[in-house]
Amino acid sequence: MAKRFDIKDLNIYYGKFHAVSSVNLAVPPRNVTAFIGPSGCGKSTVLRSLNRMHEVAPGARVEGKVLLDGEDIYASTVDPVEVRRTIGMVFQRPNPFPTMSIRDNVVAGLKLAGVKNKKKLDEVAERSLRGANLWNEVKDRLDRPGGGLSGGQQQRLCIARAIAVQPDVLLMDEPCSALDPISTLAIEDLITELKKDFTIVIVTHNMQQAARVSDQTAFFNLLGVGQPGQLIEVDDTEKIFSNPSQKATEDYISGRFG
Amino acid sequence: MTDNVTGSSPPARSTGRRRGDGIFRSMTTGSSLVIVVSIGLIGLFLLIQAVPSLQANTINFFTSAEWSTGDVGNLAFGIRDLLVVTVLSSLLALAIAMPIAMGIALFLTHYLPPKIAQPFAYVIDLLAAVPSIVFGLWGAKVLGPSLEPIATFLNENLSWIPLFSDGNVSLSGGGNIFTAGIVLAIMILPIITAVSREVFRQTPAMQIEGALALGATRWEMIRTTVLPFGRSGYIAGSMLGLGRALGETVAVLIILRSASSSSTFSFFDGGYTFASKIASAAPEFSEPLSTGAYIAAGLVLFVFTFAVNALARYIAGRGKAKAS
Ligand SMILES: Nc1ncnc2c1ncn2[C@@H]1O[C@H](COP(=O)(O)OP(=O)(O)OP(=O)(O)O)[C@@H](O)[C@H]1O
Ligand SMILES: [Mg+2]
Repeated sequence: MAKRFDIKDLNIYYGKFHAVSSVNLAVPPRNVTAFIGPSGCGKSTVLRSLNRMHEVAPGARVEGKVLLDGEDIYASTVDPVEVRRTIGMVFQRPNPFPTMSIRDNVVAGLKLAGVKNKKKLDEVAERSLRGANLWNEVKDRLDRPGGGLSGGQQQRLCIARAIAVQPDVLLMDEPCSALDPISTLAIEDLITELKKDFTIVIVTHNMQQAARVSDQTAFFNLLGVGQPGQLIEVDDTEKIFSNPSQKATEDYISGRFG
Repeated sequence: MTDNVTGSSPPARSTGRRRGDGIFRSMTTGSSLVIVVSIGLIGLFLLIQAVPSLQANTINFFTSAEWSTGDVGNLAFGIRDLLVVTVLSSLLALAIAMPIAMGIALFLTHYLPPKIAQPFAYVIDLLAAVPSIVFGLWGAKVLGPSLEPIATFLNENLSWIPLFSDGNVSLSGGGNIFTAGIVLAIMILPIITAVSREVFRQTPAMQIEGALALGATRWEMIRTTVLPFGRSGYIAGSMLGLGRALGETVAVLIILRSASSSSTFSFFDGGYTFASKIASAAPEFSEPLSTGAYIAAGLVLFVFTFAVNALARYIAGRGKAKAS
């Protein structure tokens, strides 16, 4: 549980298009790392390469290394399915399985991993729903379809689904961008809670959110149209928001951008 | 409207739009009425023509297998065997075509790269363009004889299952329901595949990614997202196929050998389906009373097909209600 990432010279491509160039970044365990930067600079692309979801797109590939506690997840002996089982992901739009019951949604990952014991599954479902601050709202309707919840509830259901398998790392791509302020706060609180057990990487367009929830912030930027995105700087969140070392970072966080 | 501070133009515009809605609504209501009324009229026509013959019938219409309509003074016709042959051949076709169509549709949408899938899909669609008379000739002259050893094997080894027991025609030449069912399966494959392909393709990418990100293999992803999403469409497509198989006429007429004894509920029976029976007698439709016997059979096929469709709609609708 709660492993560290070391990203070394990572170059990411969509077919011929070079989307992100030479990222070097360390993500410590039990820590929240935020990715910020303008639209199209490759934040999601980098995030998706951390659990090998990137290669789901046709023609997509990476060069370089992504070490999870020292082991390269892109080594030829590693099965991407196994990687995704240990690195959870929460998407921008909530995507529970709509016909599946709430309970089955939460334990879907465990079932894929072959757990069949009903008692164990029920236990995990409750623990994960509590962990995602959703238990009280859904405990009376665990057998109802997951598609029947509100957007904020669905997103917390997706978080419960991701943490049910006790992943090493939790990746979140703008998890609050489709939610109202109250649900957003609920999820931010949740992230702070989850940090005790998990390594978290979150992409966000919301500066306040990055400042509130993260320990370290990575700023990505685009040097020009058609150019690959780059990691400009990464540092403690406090430092990035008070005294960044790069001018571009300062311009971006103060809103004086392009 | 009194509290509308923006003036009179928005209400005026909305009345205009409402008028458009009204015209559109009466057009759609009108055309659906036309369809319902014509279906009703067809049913009524069949009924009116059939009733005198049914009244003159000397045996039970539903439970007897005899069919003699030559002597108008002594009509004796029953649809039992027609129903058995129709249902057996169509169900066999469906049982073969449904899994194959699902496999092809999944393969085309979620395994093959789109560039290769496109021409492949086109070839399957082409099957739908082959005239049924060609399928019939092929079934009777090529497929039937070459299925003979397989049919013999099944008959010899599985005859304890009623469906594979001895039929009422000889196995040689393959003029039986077994051959007809397989030919029908090929004929309905394109429609089931095409409908399934469309629904499987529309599975939301978000859901597919959600499953993959949980560590689902491709097949597990399909099981958790594509199949639940496409279920009702797949069933609806299969029912379209079943409708076609139930009503298929000329191919079945050519393939099935006529039998001298009544049906044994076996795949190795010959005989007639509703449609092929009616078609076989078409040249002799001059005497209204004997024609009415065939029309009564047609009426049963009509109602039966209707019921199958309603059932399919119910199943598909139930799947959707669950999903929302
Ligand atoms: N599936 C894809 N195929 C081809 N190019 C893609 C694909 N997804 C993203 N790209 C390209 O890669 C670049 C980086 O995209 P990415 O989605 O990572 O940006 P982002 O920083 O997450 O933007 P946003 O903040 O808008 O989400 C963009 O130029 C984008 O057009
Ligand atoms: Mg993004």
